[in-house]
Amino acid sequence: MFNASLKQLAVQLAEKKISSTELTTEFLRRIKQFNPEYNAFITVNEEISLAQAKAADKMIAVGQAGPLTGIPIAQKDIFCAKGWLTTCGSKMLSNFVSPYDAGVIERFNQAGAINIGKTNMDEFAMGSSNETSYFGIVKNPWDVAAVPGGSSGGAACAVAARLTPAATGTDTGGSIRQPAALCGISGIKPTYGLVSRYGMIAFASSLDQGGPMAKSAEDLALLLNVMTGFDLRDSTSLQRDAEDYAQDLQKPLAGLRIGLPKEYFAEGMSQEVARAIEQALVECRKLGAQTIEVSLPNAPLSIPVYYVLAPAEASSNLSRFDGVRYGYRAPAYSDLADMYRKTRTQGFGAEVKRRILIGTYVLSHGYYDAYYIKAQKLRRLIAQDFAEAYERCDIIMGPTTPTVAFNLGEKSGDPIQMYLSDIYTSAANLTGMPAMSIPIGFGDKNRPIGLHIMGNYFKEAQMLNIAHQYQLVTDWHLKSPV
Amino acid sequence: MTLSANDVKRIADLAYIEINDVEAKETLDQLSGIFDLIETMQAVDTSTVEPMSHAQSVVQRLREDEVTEADQHELYQSIAPQVEADLYLVPQVIE
Repeated sequence: MFNASLKQLAVQLAEKKISSTELTTEFLRRIKQFNPEYNAFITVNEEISLAQAKAADKMIAVGQAGPLTGIPIAQKDIFCAKGWLTTCGSKMLSNFVSPYDAGVIERFNQAGAINIGKTNMDEFAMGSSNETSYFGIVKNPWDVAAVPGGSSGGAACAVAARLTPAATGTDTGGSIRQPAALCGISGIKPTYGLVSRYGMIAFASSLDQGGPMAKSAEDLALLLNVMTGFDLRDSTSLQRDAEDYAQDLQKPLAGLRIGLPKEYFAEGMSQEVARAIEQALVECRKLGAQTIEVSLPNAPLSIPVYYVLAPAEASSNLSRFDGVRYGYRAPAYSDLADMYRKTRTQGFGAEVKRRILIGTYVLSHGYYDAYYIKAQKLRRLIAQDFAEAYERCDIIMGPTTPTVAFNLGEKSGDPIQMYLSDIYTSAANLTGMPAMSIPIGFGDKNRPIGLHIMGNYFKEAQMLNIAHQYQLVTDWHLKSPV
Repeated sequence: MTLSANDVKRIADLAYIEINDVEAKETLDQLSGIFDLIETMQAVDTSTVEPMSHAQSVVQRLREDEVTEADQHELYQSIAPQVEADLYLVPQVIE
């Protein structure tokens, strides 16, 4: 049951072979059994989850079920959920029980999905290893000596270890795709503006985008159908006609032009990752696709550009945490300024403070043009590189990460090495274009490898089609560490 | 570009984060490394490029200036650190 696809679960629920209450109880049992080791969940609330399951069973009984009705979904602890502790992985929000639902949570609730728990993450989504969480590290279920990736590390771990059928994540520089790759699951960051950011705790608002994480591309399509849609309460939400992301899954790949950026196949990629990517491309060619070389000359600057823009936006967004209206407040202080200072000093962890300092500096007087404006100009050049590449190809492929999962503790003392984990992923956040990762094999110590599939704006259905066709002829997405 | 420990303390002050001399020195080493990476941006001539502030070039939506939210101050204040008479309490600012 815990290896079943979302479609299979929906059939079993519709045919009354299993109830949502039984399904939810089983996943809660698995969480109880495995979470002490993996630490994938920060909060589990059996009472709420089972009440939702009971309501879903009623919907199913009267024939009002949708594709996700009665199916447990794990929610990243960055999404505000009414009545749930919502911590964003930080001491700053360690006592924050949200008084309202995020747009994404509302959509899952309306679809009759079950919130099976809130998943662990890097503090305020700042990290690539899930080691910066105030609630402790998450382990990679394929090898507990390895990181699960981050920031959506708890979500990736939970799906891989089959503690939930699917999960939500958020991606500011690679935080859905990198942990998906390192944990051997599928994950997609949609086009910026498709998924509501209302109630999704802000890190870097012009880059943040929510998206689904699951076992397969087919599951991702069903989840995207629920997650996407206009939200008046998010000023950057896009007004578009509803799209069925599963509609193109069965299309053949004959004639597909896959662009391979020479910059992504240069130095930096490990041998084992390079071999797995080549194998995956062989499969795509067998399916009728052709590969051509393209060039993204400014893409290697994505990391420096990202580490100006994201901290700049973060330093501004995180100024709201001052101990006045919600969250942590320091126990002792002398005056108002001291209360702000002590609250923020005690409430934020080291990586969050580091990024606030970088952001404050690049926005400060005398440095704004040299750093912030310069980075915004390069952001445009990077977006132009992709636009030109998409005149010659339909889709771009490459590695999601340069290596398989690294060891816990290996990079936590070296911020730059950690930042370079997102070398292939952050460009899609800068351009706002969709990108996904799917599992394509294993490297050293049986640690998973991901294929990065990038598309032009609104090409999600085509990307999911390619991933699904690949998954029809391979079985990497069916492998699990349990 | 070279940062000094004093720069770090000045930025921390702007960000309302406390930092002692030992931490300032550690942070200086880390930030210097990060800014070396950031400096690689300067290699590209961008004199004729318009800054890109956002992924989508959409016009900011406007709406009528109407009340759209119900008053929920009791609910929102129920999670505040300190509230009295419907007001958020902070240390006294005016003598």
